[in-house]
Amino acid sequence: MATAQIVIASRLADGRVVFLQKGSTTAEPQWAGLIDDAAVAADDPRAAELLAIGEADVAARNLVMDAYLIDVQETGGKLRPTKYREAIRALGPTIREDLGKQAEGAEA
Amino acid sequence: MYRYDEHDHALVQDRVTQFRRQVERRIAGEITEEQFRPLRLMNGLYLQLHAYMLRVAIPYGTLDSRQMRKLAYIARRYDKGYGHFTTRQNLQYNWPKLEETPDILAELAEVEMHAIQTSGNCIRNVTSDQYAGAAQDEVEDPRIWCEIARQWSTLHPEFSFLPRKFKIAITGCEQDRAAVKVHDIGMIMKRDAAGEVGFEVIVGGGLGRTPFVGKTIRDFLPKEHFLSYMEAILRVYNQLGRRDNKYKARIKVTLHETGAEEFTRLVNEEWAEIKESTLKLPKEEVDRIAAHFAPPAFRALSGDAPSTDARAASDSAFASWLRHNIADHKATGYSIANISLKPVGEPPGDATAEQMDLMADFADEFSFSELRVTHSQNIVLPHVEREQLPALFDKLAAAGLASANVGLLSDIICCPGLDYCALANARSIPIATQLAERYTQERQEEVGDLQIKISGCINACGHHHVGHIGILGVDRKGEEHYQIQIGGSASENAALGKILGRGFSADQVVDVVDKIIDTYLELREDGEEFIDTYRRLGQVPFKERVYGTA
Repeated sequence: MATAQIVIASRLADGRVVFLQKGSTTAEPQWAGLIDDAAVAADDPRAAELLAIGEADVAARNLVMDAYLIDVQETGGKLRPTKYREAIRALGPTIREDLGKQAEGAEA
Repeated sequence: MYRYDEHDHALVQDRVTQFRRQVERRIAGEITEEQFRPLRLMNGLYLQLHAYMLRVAIPYGTLDSRQMRKLAYIARRYDKGYGHFTTRQNLQYNWPKLEETPDILAELAEVEMHAIQTSGNCIRNVTSDQYAGAAQDEVEDPRIWCEIARQWSTLHPEFSFLPRKFKIAITGCEQDRAAVKVHDIGMIMKRDAAGEVGFEVIVGGGLGRTPFVGKTIRDFLPKEHFLSYMEAILRVYNQLGRRDNKYKARIKVTLHETGAEEFTRLVNEEWAEIKESTLKLPKEEVDRIAAHFAPPAFRALSGDAPSTDARAASDSAFASWLRHNIADHKATGYSIANISLKPVGEPPGDATAEQMDLMADFADEFSFSELRVTHSQNIVLPHVEREQLPALFDKLAAAGLASANVGLLSDIICCPGLDYCALANARSIPIATQLAERYTQERQEEVGDLQIKISGCINACGHHHVGHIGILGVDRKGEEHYQIQIGGSASENAALGKILGRGFSADQVVDVVDKIIDTYLELREDGEEFIDTYRRLGQVPFKERVYGTA
C-alpha cells in the first residue's frame, strides 16, 4: 500500500509553511496553514495530481513557492509527516512551543 | 567605535532603496523566486524551515547601546520578540516578513547597520576578538584593521562572486579568542624583532565538511601592506578556486590541492605586482580610522575594589560570576564583563528584546555605551569599573543574565540546527539544553574549562570540529543521530577533534558526554584542563569508557 502524501510549500509573503488544502483543484487551489486541513493523496497518481495543482499555482498566482510532496500518516485522526524534518516544519521549533504552527493550533 | 561617513550612509541607504524595489517586483510577480533568491541573499534574507531568516551584520562584533536598542526594537516590532546571536558575531531574526524586510533594513540603516554580505560567495563580516580594545595582553586594537578590511571588502567588484564564501578573522592578542586559525584568512597582530607591529598571516583554515587548521604563509606582514597582501591572496584564490565543485571551492581546498609552498609563491608573485599600488595604506588613513577606536575616557583608578572584594568574600554566587565571567582589562581598575546568553534550559545565543534593551541600558550605565558579541554567542561589556561589578551583577541577575558559566561546559556553542535551519540534518539546541540541565554549577566548576560545540549538520556552524567535545547531528536512516569527537580546540593551539567511534541516538548523547567527563575527572593531573588531559592520554581511555573497548 502506497504511503499517503500531501503537498507542502512556503508562503511568499512571510515564508510560513502552508499545505495544499482539501478540495483544491487546478481552477481553485487553496493553501491551509495547518497540516490537518491538507489534501491527502492515498496513492502516487493522486499525489502527482496534487503536486501538479500546487506547482501550477506557484506559477500562476505567485502566492507560494517551493511546493513538494511529503509522506504522512494518520495517527489518532491527525496527519503527521513520517520524516522528522517535515514534522518539525509542520509544527514549529521543538524548543519553543510558543512559536510556529503549534502555537496556532497544530497539535503534536 | 567607527561612525559612518557620508559614503557609508549613502551606500547603505541606496541598498535599502534598491532592495525595496526588488521586493516589490517579487511580490508583484515581475521576477521569479529563482531570479529573486540571489538578490535577497545579498541582503542577508534566507528562507528557512519555518519562515524567512534575516542575518544582520555586526561588524567585528562591536556595537553600541543605540544599535542594541534598535535590534531589540526590530525584534519586537517586526519579529517575535527575540533574536539569535551567531557564531560569526552576527544576529539572526527567525520570523521576518518579506514585505517588511526593506523597512527592517531602513531601521538598521538609521543606526549604521545593514545585512549586506551576510550571505553569498563574497567576503563576509570580518570577525575579531571580543576583548579588542580592552584586553590586557593586546598588541594593538585589531578593530582598526577589521574596519579597514570592511571598507575594502564592501561591494568589492572583483570579490563579489568568489568561488565560495570567504571569512576573515583578526586578533590583536596571542591568546586567540577569535578562532583565527579556522578562518579563510586569519591574522594575528604581533611585534617583530625591531618592535614594529604587523601581522602573522594564516590562510586556508576552515570547518565544514573538509576541516583544516590554517597554515601560516607569512610570519610578519608590515601594516602598510595589510590590504595589498589580502588582495593578492584573494586574487590567487579567485583564479584557482574550484568553481566546478561547491564542496571543494573554499580556499582551504585550494591551498591543500595547490600546496602551501606553491600557493605562497603565487601570492607573493601577485603581491609583487600590487604592493606599491594604491592598496599600500598611507599612515594618515590608518590614523583616521584608528581615531574612531580611541580608548574611552577611562578614569584614573587605583586598582583597589574593596566593595567587590567584600561582596566576593560573602556571596558565593557573585564570587563564581567574578571567577568565570570577568576578565582582566588593560586599564587599571577596569574589568571586562561577559554576559552569558547560556542560561540553563534556553537556546544558546538567544536574547529577548527586553534583554537586549536591558543590556543596552547596562552598557550605558557601566561600559561607555559599548557592547561586543562573541563568537561563542555571548555578550561583553568591555569597560566596567571593577568597583561597579556588584551593581552590574545585581542588575544582570534581576534580568536573568547572570549565569556564571563562561568557559564552563554549559557555555555551549550551538547552531540553530533543525529547529530552524533548512540545511540541518538533526536538532542541536535540545542536546545543548539537556547537557546544561544535567550539570549543577558546582559540578561544572569541578570540571573546569570545557568547550562543548554542537552542529546540526556537516556545515559546522556550531564549530563542532574545534570543540573539546564536539557533537555533530546526522540523519541515519531517518533518525537523528549524533557523532561525538574529542580533542578539538579553537585556541592559539588550534586542533581538529577526532571522531570517537560510532554515533549515538539523541537520548544517549548526554550520557556519553557524561562518561567522557567522568573519564577526564578520574585521569586528570593537578590543574590539568580537559584538553590537556586529552593531549596527554589520547583517545584510548575515553573510547574504552564510552564503548567498553578501545
